[in-house]
Amino acid sequence: MKVTDIKELEKIANNVRISIIKQVYEAKSGHPGGALSIADILTVLYFNQMNISEENPNSNLRDRLVLSKGHAVAALYAVLAEKGYINKDELKTFRKLGSKLQGHPDMELVNGIDMSTGSLGQGLSIANGMAIASKMDSLGCRIYCILGDGEIEEGQIWEAAMTANKYKLDNLCVILDYNRLQIDGTVEEVKGLDCLRSKWDSFGFNVIEANGHNIEELINSFELARQTKGKPSIIIAKTIKGKGVSFMENKAEWHGKAPSEVEYKIAIEELEKSIVK
Amino acid sequence: MILDKKIATRQSYGEALAELGEKNENIVVLDADLASATKTSIFAKKFPNRFFDIGIAEQDMMGTAVGISNFGKIPYVNTFAVFAAGRAYDQVRNSIAHTNANVKICATHCGITVGEDGATHQMLEDIGMMRNLPNMTVISTSDDVQTRWAVKEISKIKGPVYLRLCRLATPIIYDEKFIEENNIKFEIGKAIQIGDGTDATVIGTGVTVVEALKAQETLRKRGINIRIVDLYSIKPVDKELIIKCAKETKKIITIEDHSINCGIGSLVCEILSENYPAKVIRMGINDTFGESGKAEELMKKYKIDAEAICNMF
Repeated sequence: MKVTDIKELEKIANNVRISIIKQVYEAKSGHPGGALSIADILTVLYFNQMNISEENPNSNLRDRLVLSKGHAVAALYAVLAEKGYINKDELKTFRKLGSKLQGHPDMELVNGIDMSTGSLGQGLSIANGMAIASKMDSLGCRIYCILGDGEIEEGQIWEAAMTANKYKLDNLCVILDYNRLQIDGTVEEVKGLDCLRSKWDSFGFNVIEANGHNIEELINSFELARQTKGKPSIIIAKTIKGKGVSFMENKAEWHGKAPSEVEYKIAIEELEKSIVK
Repeated sequence: MILDKKIATRQSYGEALAELGEKNENIVVLDADLASATKTSIFAKKFPNRFFDIGIAEQDMMGTAVGISNFGKIPYVNTFAVFAAGRAYDQVRNSIAHTNANVKICATHCGITVGEDGATHQMLEDIGMMRNLPNMTVISTSDDVQTRWAVKEISKIKGPVYLRLCRLATPIIYDEKFIEENNIKFEIGKAIQIGDGTDATVIGTGVTVVEALKAQETLRKRGINIRIVDLYSIKPVDKELIIKCAKETKKIITIEDHSINCGIGSLVCEILSENYPAKVIRMGINDTFGESGKAEELMKKYKIDAEAICNMF
């Protein structure tokens, strides 16, 4: 069911954030910062943009998502639980022995996950392959691929960018989670990711910039990408790592650690308040 | 065996792939700027819409193939062994083997017999790297007929396959007469025993099988009777045949155009130490890189030819 009401989508995204915090707290490990930064993007994709159906989750005609920054998987599990693909009780097993909900997405274990990922830099090539296959048989599928900004330091991303351009993959929409932080600091300090727009532009992409936490702007950006023919699109989504939890926002240290009990309670309280608003 | 008609398994591969493409519309071929060397150019000419040249970007090629396989197609990816197994190892491990993707990795130019290009292009570790990966089937063919069979057979396996092919032109072993006389059948998970000598078993794969056959002939004249095992299916492997040969023969020798540390020599040792402990002599490249030279010269220098086998007796 497509959700078009902006307020409703904002509410779902907030539920996704609460779920991310709960999963990571319960697991005592995980990656809350980069999961919180893509909560709005994933919500818009799964509830407003992607052609998927819970009744026929393996249809070859469905749109597909490659979460190339696989460590943010708690966000994907949360969205899939909201969609009904995953039982919400199961979220408590995240990262635990015997769970389907592995520390990085595993397509063999979870219905609704289109691709297993984890080793950074590999998702865009896979998304290209999907976009090529869909075009070969004129299936009309749209392929989405979420990249981290730190992740694009991997050389394979730029190999794949050239391939997307060569085959004019206009059914491909890349979303760059531009939260500006990676484990060792800011992306500027660690590698120097200047001129992002012109980099992607020169690789042949239709570049769209958006506030990655503004639902309406995201919807408009996805529509713009959909209308662009003859070249792949990338949405550079300006986001905040740890978005929604005051003490996690814009802090690299929250890339890969779980909150303490006190921190957990504060985080949930803050997020529940934002639902009321 | 037809000694005077030589054909490189990469050539057989290219021709068989084009034939397979005709019968199966789901076959898609990817290459990384080596189509003329890997012989996928034959397929590309016939089926341009199912051929993708990804450029000098092996890692990207592996991932692209995974995405294509996600839609039910069967991609055959092609490059030199050193790039397929080495350069793109993490992509093969995580994007292909871990996802159990239906991707066929066809790696030409394996081993020291690459020749003149030298050490950087002579892949000597790929059997070890690939047989270590869960879900991966590993095949290493020894002649034209077996390669043509393998190209088609691996399309029936649902999951990743590594097919190891050679640059060097080698004689046809499995001509019709030979197959009939020796009652030979190719099957994934099986090995082929040639002869029933009890003085030794020589286990080879790829280019070394024909060397073993030449040695068998020479040794016979000296009154020494050996049997050959063609270990073309490396994973799954025919444990039973290896154990049986260890029981029936006095000596076990493995010979491979590959490092002795992780290839079929190691594999045979693993099987025998657990099931029927026996001394194994491992012939192959001994913890060293290769060098430039003619393939035949290198085989002689690194002792992986018929003469080296004969010198073991």
